Formats: sequence, structure tokens, C-alpha cells
Amino acid sequence: MKILVPVKRVLDYNVKARVKADGSGIDLANVKMSMNPFDEIALEEAIRIKEKGNAEEIIAVSIGVQQNQETLRTALAMGADRAILVVATDDVHNDIEPLTVANILAAIALKEGPSLILCGKQAIDNDFNATAQMLSAKLKWSQATFASEIDVKDEIIRVTREVDGGLQTIDAKIPAVVSVDLRLNEPRYASLPNIMKAKRKPLEEISPADLGVEITQRLKVIKTKEPDSREAGLILENIDQLVEKIQENVGG
Amino acid sequence: MKILVLAEINNGELAEDQTSKTVSAAATLGKVDVLCASNQCSDASTSIAKMENVENVLVLEDELFAQSLAESYSETLIDTINSYSHVFAPSSSFGKNVLPRIGGMLDVMVISDVSKVISEDTFERPVYAGNAIQTVQSLDKLKLISVRTSNYSAVPSTGSANIKKIGCKGNNPLTTFIENKMQTSDRPELTSAKVVVSGGRGVGSKENFEIIEGLADKLGAAVGASRAAVDSGFAPNDWQVGQTGKVVAPDLYVAVGISGAIQHLAGMKDSKVIVAINKDEEAPIFQVADFGLVDDLFKAVPEIEKKI
Repeated sequence: MKILVPVKRVLDYNVKARVKADGSGIDLANVKMSMNPFDEIALEEAIRIKEKGNAEEIIAVSIGVQQNQETLRTALAMGADRAILVVATDDVHNDIEPLTVANILAAIALKEGPSLILCGKQAIDNDFNATAQMLSAKLKWSQATFASEIDVKDEIIRVTREVDGGLQTIDAKIPAVVSVDLRLNEPRYASLPNIMKAKRKPLEEISPADLGVEITQRLKVIKTKEPDSREAGLILENIDQLVEKIQENVGG
Repeated sequence: MKILVLAEINNGELAEDQTSKTVSAAATLGKVDVLCASNQCSDASTSIAKMENVENVLVLEDELFAQSLAESYSETLIDTINSYSHVFAPSSSFGKNVLPRIGGMLDVMVISDVSKVISEDTFERPVYAGNAIQTVQSLDKLKLISVRTSNYSAVPSTGSANIKKIGCKGNNPLTTFIENKMQTSDRPELTSAKVVVSGGRGVGSKENFEIIEGLADKLGAAVGASRAAVDSGFAPNDWQVGQTGKVVAPDLYVAVGISGAIQHLAGMKDSKVIVAINKDEEAPIFQVADFGLVDDLFKAVPEIEKKI
């Protein structure tokens, strides 16, 4: 089977997000960008499924600006077989909404015919946690979100999901859209030979119009502001003082 | 304006705190109807009917809804939902699973994790792990909103809503429920507890986490954990507090052996009072804590427990 893995290029998770002075968004000029960590986990899982002999091809897709090429090269170096770049904007500050992303991915899925789409459960920039669910609805495929364990069988995929009360296991019929959580695996680093090899792997560039998808924006960002900050408090000298503070604030 | 709230019900049991706080957020726009879909609805619908500002409780009782699987839930609901202008759900694993699927079906963008309802089309929500707050205006006709419930208080139980049964036409040929492995505990629920004691990587092992649990039990608190502690297997996943875990805002949050990564702060920095215990005085947690103690947790925590 074929596995499709969407990968988003986001502000690196170690870099602190700074609000632009004019309140129009987060400053993404000249900052380190990386693959969304959840998408890395999704890609790693796809590679492991392929290594076990349960998949023949992994296609990585990225939607955004031209520079997303770098993210796709990383995906190819990790182990994806080929990549599709959908250039949807020329401004890195223009975040493509999950609904449009789902429309683009649905169009690609219909063309490529994967049996499984593995997505990160959320992007660490807009934190929507929506693309996989929307994509699954668009395709009318089965949906399994927040996976911490995946077992591919013949016609079904068994997924253990991290839910608020603990863990839930469901069987999802293939084709399926699965969104992955943090504890599914630990993504590998690309080795130098694989980085070199990745340069020769196919990377196709298309536009949303090629897929017949229009870029829409349903949520207009009115403004972006810093959250109310907390002041650093008091460093106490001993345990007794701390006990006092705890007692003052319990049931207070 | 017609407002619907999706009640969270797990196998007949109402998630009362989450549902009530979601009603509270929705009610800033007006009276609401609440959809109560589960395999057993009598207890849940009775509790919901008492929630203030609820006009009608729509009851849909069927074995199909026992686990609120996304496909059956959204397929069945679609016509009901389309007759409303606003649909709210808690931003829990239930709401996050179901609401965007409904959005995909109806071609509506979901507004996730709303921390403040400003007007009927304008909302605030945190982005970048809470490092920025965005005000967004929805241009969709239908508004699908998941609510960050820690920003709202529960509504009083002084209401008396009508309970109405509605019809059901759902099925789910796509996914099958296999099993739940849920954590059971006598402690308060993490997202609604008044006091939370959390442990981080510094706790060192699953066995050592008993120190955290001991202090929590002494204080009648819920137990939380940082991602690092959960990843290392010290604590179960449903204890995780942070950007991708649970968001809590108790009266008192005690962070033990937690360095204070941005991703963790995203889940607890709205707590009223934060107390941090860490042996590293440079730990970023001290920058948000109201009271800090630089000490070895293995010495300090048992002593605190004894003295309280």
C-alpha cells in the first residue's frame, strides 16, 4: 500500500514565538523553521510500516511557501520515497487553514490512491488540531485520532488512542486517516548518506489550481497579542515558608 | 441565533465539569440547547436539564453512541447541527475528535480551543503554545467552536430545561470500538481540581512518583505530570499537562521537579497561584511561579507532606 504523510513547515519548537509589533501575527522573518514535530512522528511511523513490509511507497506532501522544499528534503532524507510541494502562498506569514489543507490533501489522495494517510495531530503554530479529522470527513474515510500505537492488519488498522481518561483502542477500516500523538515513536535523524540520496529523489511542484482547489480563509485574524505575562514571584528560604504559602492557598 | 452545545458523555456518564463550562461559554451569546447522545441518557439528561441557561436537552439514546466514535456521531448529527447557527463542544479529546469532522462534512472551519467568546462571530484563542493570543472573526455561516473550559466557570444547577427525545439514523461501518483502558482514581479530576500537584523529569522514576501522589493526597489534589515525565513512563498519559495534554487552571498548582518548558507552561500558567520546587535555581518554572523553593525534591516534598 501507499502511505501519504503531510508535513508542515513551522517555527522550530525551540524558538520562542514573538508577536510582531503591529499585532498582525508572529514574526517568521529570519527565524529557524523546522518540520512540525508531530508530522515527524507520523513520517517515522510510515517508514517503520514500510520497513516491516506493510507498505511499498511513502509520499510526503507539504503545503505553503517555496521554502517548504527544505522540509520535504528532510522528509526524503528520513525515508519518504517522493515528495509533492503545493505552493499555496508566497508569504510565510500566510497560514493556510486546515479546511483548505484538507481540500488540497483530499484532491491529492484521490489522485494518488493511498490506503493510509498519517498526519500529526496538530501543528505547533496554529494549534488547531483539525486537519486529519477534516480530511477524513472530506474523503468519507475512517478516522483515528491521537494514536499512540498503530498495528496494520490486512483490511484494518488497529489504533490505540490517547484520550482524556486513558487509552482507547479502535479498529479502523482501510483506507483510513490517522492522526498521531507524541508517544507513538521517536523519529530518527537523517544520516548524511541519506541526506545526499534525498537530493536525487523526486520532488514534484504543483499549485492548488492544478488540483482544482481554491485557497479560502474562513477565519480572519483581527489581531495577535502577547498573553498576560506572569511576574516572577518570591524565592522562599525554607520549607516552613513554603508550607505556609501552600496552606494559605489551599481551598482559598 | 440558535446555539447548540454537544455534551460530553462517556459510556452513559456525563463529563459534567467540561459540559457545564462549555454551556457557560456558549451562554455568553444566549440560551442554549444541549445535545445528549449516548447509550444511556437518563442520568446525564437530568443533570444537564438543571444547568442554568439551557432551554432544551435533546436526547439521542442509542448503543451506537456509547464511545462517541467520530463517524457515527457526526453522520447522525449533521442535520441537527445544520439547524443551528453556533455549535459548541469542550476542547477535550471528545470535542477535538468530533467537531473538526463535522466541519469537514459541512465545509466549515472549526474554531479550536476558544478562550474567550467576544461576540457572535469573534473569538479569542491561544496559538503557539499560548505564546500569543489571536482574535479571529469567523466568516462561516455556521460557527463550530471548541471551548478551552479552564477559562470558564461551571454554570449553577438552578435551571429546569425541557427534555426532548430526537430520532436517530446513524450507523458506523468504518470504525469498531475494541476496548478502553481508563485510569480510575479517587482523586479529583485533573481539569476541574482546585489543587494540582505535578511532577516532572526530576522525579526520576515511576516509583518515585509516589512522593508526588502522597503530597497530592494530603492536599486533596489531582496529580499532573510534564510531558517529559509521561514520555519517560513515570506517569500515565492522561496526567499530562501542557500544550498537547490537558489545560488546567486550579487555585493552586504545585510544580515539582518540572523545569518549565514552554509546552508545559501552556497548560498551567493560568493557575491562580503557582508554587515550584526545583533544585536548579535557573529553571524557567521560577519565572512564572508565585513562590519558589530551590531544594532537592526528595528531601523537601516528604517534609512538606509531614508538616501540612
